[in-house]
Amino acid sequence: MELQELKTTVSQVRRDIVRMVHACQSGHPGGSLGCADLVTALYFNVMKINEKKGSDGFLQFSREGEGEDLFFLSNGHISPLFYSVLARRGYFPVSELATFRKINSRLQGHPATHEHLPGIRVASGSLGQGLSVASGAAYAKKLKKDDSTVFVLMGDGEQQEGQVWEAVQFAPHYKLDNLIAIVDWNKQQIDGPTDKVMNNRDIKAKYEAFGWATVDLADGNDLQQVLDAIAKAKQLRGQEKPIVILMKSEMGAGVDFMMHTHKWHGTAPNDEQLAKALEQLPETLGDY
Amino acid sequence: MAELGKLNPNVVALCADLVASLKLDAFIKDNPERFIQCGIAEANMIGVAAGLAISGYIPYATTFANFGSGRVYDQIRQSVAYSGTNVKIAVSHAGLTLGEDGATHQILEDLAMMRAMPEMTVINPCDYNQTKAATIAVADYQGPVYLRFGRPVVPVFTDADQKFEIGKAWMVNEGKDVSIIATGHLVWEAILAGELLEKEGIDAEIINIHTIKPLDEEAILKSAAKTKCVVTAEEHQLNGGLGDAVCQLLSRNTPTPVEMIGVNNSFGESGTPAQLMEKYGLNAASIVEKVKKVMSRK
Repeated sequence: MELQELKTTVSQVRRDIVRMVHACQSGHPGGSLGCADLVTALYFNVMKINEKKGSDGFLQFSREGEGEDLFFLSNGHISPLFYSVLARRGYFPVSELATFRKINSRLQGHPATHEHLPGIRVASGSLGQGLSVASGAAYAKKLKKDDSTVFVLMGDGEQQEGQVWEAVQFAPHYKLDNLIAIVDWNKQQIDGPTDKVMNNRDIKAKYEAFGWATVDLADGNDLQQVLDAIAKAKQLRGQEKPIVILMKSEMGAGVDFMMHTHKWHGTAPNDEQLAKALEQLPETLGDY
Repeated sequence: MAELGKLNPNVVALCADLVASLKLDAFIKDNPERFIQCGIAEANMIGVAAGLAISGYIPYATTFANFGSGRVYDQIRQSVAYSGTNVKIAVSHAGLTLGEDGATHQILEDLAMMRAMPEMTVINPCDYNQTKAATIAVADYQGPVYLRFGRPVVPVFTDADQKFEIGKAWMVNEGKDVSIIATGHLVWEAILAGELLEKEGIDAEIINIHTIKPLDEEAILKSAAKTKCVVTAEEHQLNGGLGDAVCQLLSRNTPTPVEMIGVNNSFGESGTPAQLMEKYGLNAASIVEKVKKVMSRK
């Protein structure tokens, strides 16, 4: 997908996020908006996925994903982003986004496989588990001699979980150089700035010390930079080290009043705020 | 595990630095590429197992029961049970009879935790042959399983070529006066108790429940209808284990007097397995005592 087309897709994804969170008056818009460029780029430009469609017109999804690149969302609270990207990519009807967080929906508050939503491979939301699961999947690809890549996105607040560091230790031990992790380093978490809540200090130095190859992404809300960082990470494959992209991003990116604060981590906009947000996010592909 | 490794090429074993205790050496020797040493990091081990299961493998995540249940409850809940990943959590050294290591390692709450978890199958075999049969059988079952082993050396009294059926009770001995419903190595104590009771003219029915969940309700209700009183026996807290499961079943169907053998709301301590079983009342003598008590309540 050309950069301009990708930009228009991201704009629609951001609209979806804000509208979904508004419709159920709950959910996490901040991190969803901040990671919108990355996750859209992965699904529309980077990842090799099965393009075959079923008789219902939607992409055929196999949980195993043999021969496909896999994406795991560890910070499951940014589910509005994940759902919007999956729907826009063709895994399920875009109209289903209207059911987010509502009763009898496949679009649970946090991603789940339990209701069989195509595109989801594991439940997430209780933080700190995604890197372990992605490491297991990367290990399996090595066993099967499947040369595709496993991506996993985590939050920076999530780096406070001890299990993350168990997995950070595991992946280099088994030389999982088919694993690309991304840390959304937006320096905000639900209780406030990450430095104040629990200082992560130098995440990059920690990953390096554990034996990872690192890639800096100075602005995770600049699509060209996002694409360049992923390309660089992919070039580092095959060197017996897992790769981490340290993505500096802005929570709430794309909606001016949701930026530069942790306030919109887990708060839904009211009607007036929704209107104000949507003014800044052009409808490019048609609202659901 | 060594035999299973030969039978099923999709089986992968994971361990958290307890290879010798779990007796995985033969599996590792035969299948070095299908063994993943995870180090002392059980939470990560469960997640890695989930990732392998998503990719079509059948991972057996192994450690002591204490570190494969409570320590990783949330990981099992989200990445395994709720995600429906085909992970087998195979854990040893459950309960008091782990012995000298003491209460820090003597998990007595794991059956309660795993029973409470939706979509989890909970199995607690009674001797070497049943353990082997269960280990091999759960590979053919699609879904999460908590497979719990004890440490004590008990006589091998089940058939070497038995067919292990998940959720199907094993009638050890038919009787008419009392139903002794036991799991794990307490089945052996129940057999010993049955012999003592026979000398006193009491005809005990002994049932082995190796699958705590799903429970073989039919077998238990049928036995209770016949004998009209029940003793349960397990190496676990009275809260939340087999005894609770049996009481729940009976009270909802045919209220029947029940006495329970188990640990009564306390932690364990150091000692030899035999000393601990005696001190905490997990032996044949205690079963005999409870049988007499429950029969007087008929």
